[in-house]
Amino acid sequence: MRIVVAMSGGVDSSVAAALLVEQGHDVIGLSMQLYDQGGDGSFGTCCTLDDLNDARRVADAIGIPHYILNFEKQFQETVVSNFVREYAAGRTPLPCAHCNSDLKFATLLDRALALDAELVATGHYARVARSAEGGFVLRRGLDADKDQSYFLATLTQDQLACASFPVGNLTKTDVRAYAHRLGLKVADKPDSQEICFVPDGDYAAFVSRQEPAVARAGAIVDGTGQTLGTHAGIHRFTVGQRKGLGISGPAPVYVLKIEAESGTVTVGPRAALERETLTASQVNWISGVAPEGWRRSSAQIRHRHTAAAGRVRGIESHRAEFVFDEPQMAITPGQAVVFYEADVVIGGGWID
Amino acid sequence: MGPAVQRIYFDHNATTPVHPAVAERMAAVLTEDFGNPSSIHHFGQRSKALIDQARSAVAALIGADPSEITFTSGGTESDNLAIRGAAESLEKTRRHLIASAIEHEAVLNTLKALARRGALTTLLPVGESGIVSPDALAAALTEETALVSVMHANNEIGTIQPISELSTLAKARGALMHSDAVQSAGKIPVDVKALGVDLLSISAHKFHGPKGIGAIWIRRGVRLPPIATGGKQERGRRAGTENVAGIVGMGVAAEIARTKMVEDGARLSSLRDRLEDGILRAVPGTVVNGVRSPRVPNTTNISFDRVEAESLLIALDLEGIAVSTGSACSSGTLEPSHVLKAMGFPPHRTQNSIRFSLGTSNSQADVDHVIAVLPGLVEKLRHLTRTPVRA
Repeated sequence: MRIVVAMSGGVDSSVAAALLVEQGHDVIGLSMQLYDQGGDGSFGTCCTLDDLNDARRVADAIGIPHYILNFEKQFQETVVSNFVREYAAGRTPLPCAHCNSDLKFATLLDRALALDAELVATGHYARVARSAEGGFVLRRGLDADKDQSYFLATLTQDQLACASFPVGNLTKTDVRAYAHRLGLKVADKPDSQEICFVPDGDYAAFVSRQEPAVARAGAIVDGTGQTLGTHAGIHRFTVGQRKGLGISGPAPVYVLKIEAESGTVTVGPRAALERETLTASQVNWISGVAPEGWRRSSAQIRHRHTAAAGRVRGIESHRAEFVFDEPQMAITPGQAVVFYEADVVIGGGWID
Repeated sequence: MGPAVQRIYFDHNATTPVHPAVAERMAAVLTEDFGNPSSIHHFGQRSKALIDQARSAVAALIGADPSEITFTSGGTESDNLAIRGAAESLEKTRRHLIASAIEHEAVLNTLKALARRGALTTLLPVGESGIVSPDALAAALTEETALVSVMHANNEIGTIQPISELSTLAKARGALMHSDAVQSAGKIPVDVKALGVDLLSISAHKFHGPKGIGAIWIRRGVRLPPIATGGKQERGRRAGTENVAGIVGMGVAAEIARTKMVEDGARLSSLRDRLEDGILRAVPGTVVNGVRSPRVPNTTNISFDRVEAESLLIALDLEGIAVSTGSACSSGTLEPSHVLKAMGFPPHRTQNSIRFSLGTSNSQADVDHVIAVLPGLVEKLRHLTRTPVRA
């Protein structure tokens, strides 16, 4: 079977490609160039060309053709513009999930199909399988610590039908050991930590470079509306944030709420971050249909969150409501919420 | 892995295979005639003699005197030497540089670099013909113009520029005339006197010589300061121990090209026309860029409506057919063609063009195979391209 592997130059997608070659598939490596390598300064330029070169070297080592696709325009139009828009709206975006559903399993998948490939494989730690009803189910990766199903919950049945996650059944340790066995130079390459297009991790500076209007001063207020200080733009804040508020007081305070229109950031004690319910928009139900009535499940509200038990139901306009059994800290607008039954993804959407 | 594919190479404007006779001579030079040409002893004399022979062969290819040939590392260095040299030697009185908008990056980016340091630059437009109009040059020239740089043949579409007319205009205003002849030398007759230029760049690997060697022709009487300072090699125009094997290889390649050019050119242009006609007939929504203009015999550049060139290039490569398009950026991905943009074509036409550049190894069977394979690939790419972005 002809399979396109989206190769980032990291160890996971490298091993994904190698595994498919070992299984006898006709494998083509594609890498996406997502921003200008020359660098006008607005994007990070540190590692990406190196990553593309790593991907090329791995492809050569495992004997597959490799091509780099220029997706700068698509990346800007889908992932980056959404990232900036969300911060400007006082929300905390999750660009990796958008990149998966709007780029890798959209534009890249189209290209792959046009090259007669049947599947697009990535290095994600997640599993996709046929369900008893003939559809596709998405499950957490075997390596609970590395699981990335949270970033894939917005994939539709059509997208899952063309998806392959060859390392989903492995642990990270297995993956590195396999890469070592093949002598791949990326075997010990560190995991990527930051959002790839902001390698220095300074999201606020990136957002204000892209959208200078966002750097508008506003007030920091407490729960009673009393002004405690000022700030240099709401894009510098995320719900649950404690550091960088510039407020001294007897007890630590946290960001509770960000209001884009007035530019007001509300802070308060940690206990005030707790919520029992959330609603989400643009919800994708993996099976294609929303559950009828309330359904027991668990919900994960950020990448490093242990899914918490509760119940979910679909509401009008592709939205969902979740009620936790126990209150959760810092439910952050803009992040994904993903609903699970055991390790099976039921669906996911964007926290309101 | 899929079955092994028979590979067809249609990218001779990118580079060509080294002719076996060239490789053979170079191998002998590398191991036997290894002397430093600047050495006084036998070994040095031998290497020096080999360089002299090669210089004569390269000069003969472009109708020049051997003493006017300076060997460089290739077309890019030759272009830099010409433009930076002219700009530097004339900077006191003339600070204006002119080039066409369809030049190679070696010229365009050198101009940009000089503009950042205070030079005035003008890029001459080209119309749909892909030809620089003498009127445009006449309008752009001033008493300040130091240099006019217009390529002899364009690398992407193959159009041949009216260099001798342009030279006459440049000279009349006291400007130097440079031509990047990297894509014409070895393909069509190039005569520096007939072209009327002062400076001319050529590169060996475009005519079955090795990579990493090229030459610049500097008309006697034109003084160019060197880019690299050092020893007195190449009459002080290009310091550094000579790439003897490369120079010898370039000489042999130039000799072969000079004797076979006319015969090869006739064969290539008939193959090219067959390919062009075949594609236009077999694939709807195709158009040849620069078709009405004089072109080098081996090149055709075709836009495929509603097809991303990037995908078509990959699909062809997976079928074993090597082609090219536009210009490649640092990572090897495709950018819209600045040449087609300069010709005034809309974005879709600048992003969906493929260059086929033929060479002596290509046969009629190769051409017919491509014509047979293309319609299916194009059809698939057109069908499966959904709305590219769903923001």
